[in-house]
Amino acid sequence: MLLFIIKRLGLAILVAFTVSFISFTLLFLAGDPAAALAGETASGEDIEAIRKLYGFDRPMLVQYVEWLLAALQGDFGESYYFRLPVASLIVERLSVTMTLGVCGITFALLTAVPLGVAAAIRPNSFIDRIALFLSVAGQAMPSFWFGLILIVIFAIQLGWLPPSGAASPAHFIMPTIVLGYYAMPAIMRLTRAGMLEVLSSDYIRTARAKGAPEGRVLFRHALRNAIIPVVSLAAVQMGFMLGGSIVVESIFALHGAGYLAWESIARNDLPTVQALILVFSMFYIVFTFLADVLNAWLDPRMRSS
Amino acid sequence: MATTETKDPLLQDITGPTPAQMLRKRIFGHQGLLIGATVLGVLLFVAIFAPLLAPHDPYAQSLMSRMEPPVFLGGTWEHPLGTDHLGRDYLSRLIYGARVSLMIGTIAALISGLIGTAMGVAAGYFGGRVDMVVTFLINVRLAMPVVLVALAVVAILGGSLQVVIVVLGLLLWDRFAVVMRASTLQVRGREYVAAARAIGASTPRVILSEIMPNIANNLIVVVTLEMAHAILLEAALSFLGLGVQPPTPSWGLMVSEGKNMMLFEPWMVLIPGAVLFLLVLAINLMGDGLRDVTAPENRS
Repeated sequence: MLLFIIKRLGLAILVAFTVSFISFTLLFLAGDPAAALAGETASGEDIEAIRKLYGFDRPMLVQYVEWLLAALQGDFGESYYFRLPVASLIVERLSVTMTLGVCGITFALLTAVPLGVAAAIRPNSFIDRIALFLSVAGQAMPSFWFGLILIVIFAIQLGWLPPSGAASPAHFIMPTIVLGYYAMPAIMRLTRAGMLEVLSSDYIRTARAKGAPEGRVLFRHALRNAIIPVVSLAAVQMGFMLGGSIVVESIFALHGAGYLAWESIARNDLPTVQALILVFSMFYIVFTFLADVLNAWLDPRMRSS
Repeated sequence: MATTETKDPLLQDITGPTPAQMLRKRIFGHQGLLIGATVLGVLLFVAIFAPLLAPHDPYAQSLMSRMEPPVFLGGTWEHPLGTDHLGRDYLSRLIYGARVSLMIGTIAALISGLIGTAMGVAAGYFGGRVDMVVTFLINVRLAMPVVLVALAVVAILGGSLQVVIVVLGLLLWDRFAVVMRASTLQVRGREYVAAARAIGASTPRVILSEIMPNIANNLIVVVTLEMAHAILLEAALSFLGLGVQPPTPSWGLMVSEGKNMMLFEPWMVLIPGAVLFLLVLAINLMGDGLRDVTAPENRS
C-alpha cells in the first residue's frame, strides 16, 4: 500500500511539472507579455524597454525555471491588471469556487446515487426511463444556456432567487444546480451499472436466501460494493468541475477563481492566467491522486496496477 | 454481404437471418439511434443547403426592424423567428449557425481522432515504453483544465473559426487515446493477429488491416461523443466572448448577444440554445445507439 502511494505520488508530481511547463510554453509562445503590459497605445520603443525591464528578452527556459522556483514558494508574480500579488488574488477568490464545487458535487451525488439505485432495482421501469432521460439531457445541455433559463424562470419570472452575486446562500442555489447537473449523468450511469452488476451476483442471492430484509440487502450489501467506483469518479468530477466553474461563475457573476480567469484572459493578464491554469490542474491532480489512494484502500486488487 | 442475402423463404428457414439482416433489424429496432440519426440528418441537410433555405442574408442588418418578435409571439412571417438587436433575421442566422457548429464538431473530432487514435493504438499495440509515455501524456492532458486553456490560447491567437477548430482538435484527443488503447489491448492477443504476424505481415499492415477494422466500432462511438463535446465547448467559448467572433452566426454567440435582452426578450436566448441542445442530444443519442447496435454482446 505504501509502495503504491509513493509510486502514485511520484507520477502526480511528474504530471504537475509537465503541466506547468506546457502551460508556460503555450502562453509564452502565443502572447507577447511586454505588449500586453505596455497597453495598446504604447510605441515600439516603450514595448522594447518593458521587455528589457521585466526580462522578457531572455531565453524561455530561463524564464520558466525562474517562474517555477518562485511559484514553488507561492509567489506567482504580480497581476498586470490589479497590480497585486497573483497568489493573494487567487486565494481570495478561491473560497467562492471551492464552496461552489463542494455544493455542486454534493448536489450531483444526492441526486445521482438514489436515482441510479432506483433505476437499477427496476430496469426498464418508469423511474429507470426518467433517470436515463435526465442523464441523456444533462450530457447535451449547454451549461451556460441552462443557467440562463434558470435565471429567466426563477429570478425574472418568479422572483424567488437572486439572479447574480454571492452575498447569501440563496445566491448559490442556481449555480449549484447548473454545476451539479453537469456532473450528474456520469455518476448516475456508473451507480446504475454498478448496482445492476452487484445485484445479480451470488452473495446478494445468498443474502436474500438467508432472509435478510430487502432494504438491508440493497444498502448494506449491494450499494457498499457498487459505490466504490462512484467515489473515485466523484473525486475526478470534482476536479473537472472546478475547471468548468468558469462558465457558471461568469453567468451568475460569482466572483470566484473561474470568474477571475475569465477576466484575466480578456485583459491579457498573463501571470494570473498562468497561475490559475496551474492551480486548477493541481486541484485535478490532487483529487485524482486521492481518488486512486482511496480506491486502493477500499479495493486491494487496485494496488497492483 | 449483399450476395449472401436471399429472399427464398425455404433457404431463410434453414440458414436463419443473415448478419446484414440482423444488423438492419438492430438498427431499426433502436429508437434512440433512429431519432438521433433523423434529427442529425435534418440539421446536416439544413447546414449544407443553408444558402437555399435561409430566407435572408444572415449578416444583413436592418436598423428599422430591430428585435422583432418571432411569429408565435406576435411577429410577422417576414421574420419567422424574429430579428436580433441589429435587425438581422434570426432564422437565417440559426440556419448558418448549424454550419459553424457542425463544421467545428466534424473537423475538431477529425483532428483529435487522428492524434488520439495514433497514440492509443501505438500504446496498446507496442506496450512497454511506448505505453508508458502515452499513458503519461494522457494523464498530463487530463490534468489541464480544457475550458481555461482553450480560452487562453484562443484569446491570444485571436478568435477565428480556424483557430477555435485547431485548438479544440489539439485538446480533445484524450478520450480517443484512452478508448483506442484499451480496445487495441483487447484485440492484440487474438489468434487472427498472431496469424497475420506468422505469415509475415508488416506491423503497419497488421495494425491497419487486422487491428483497426476490429476496433472501428468503438472509434465511431468516441467520434460522436467528441463531436458533441467540441460543439458544446465552441458554444461555451463563443458565449464567453472569447471564441468565434461576431458577426459569425455561432449559436453560442447568439445566446451571448441575446443575454443582454434576456429580461424582455427571453426567446432570444431560448431559441439558439434549444437548437444547440437538440443537435448535441441527437449526436449523443446516435453515439449511444451505435454502441448498443455494434456491441458484440448484444448480437444474440
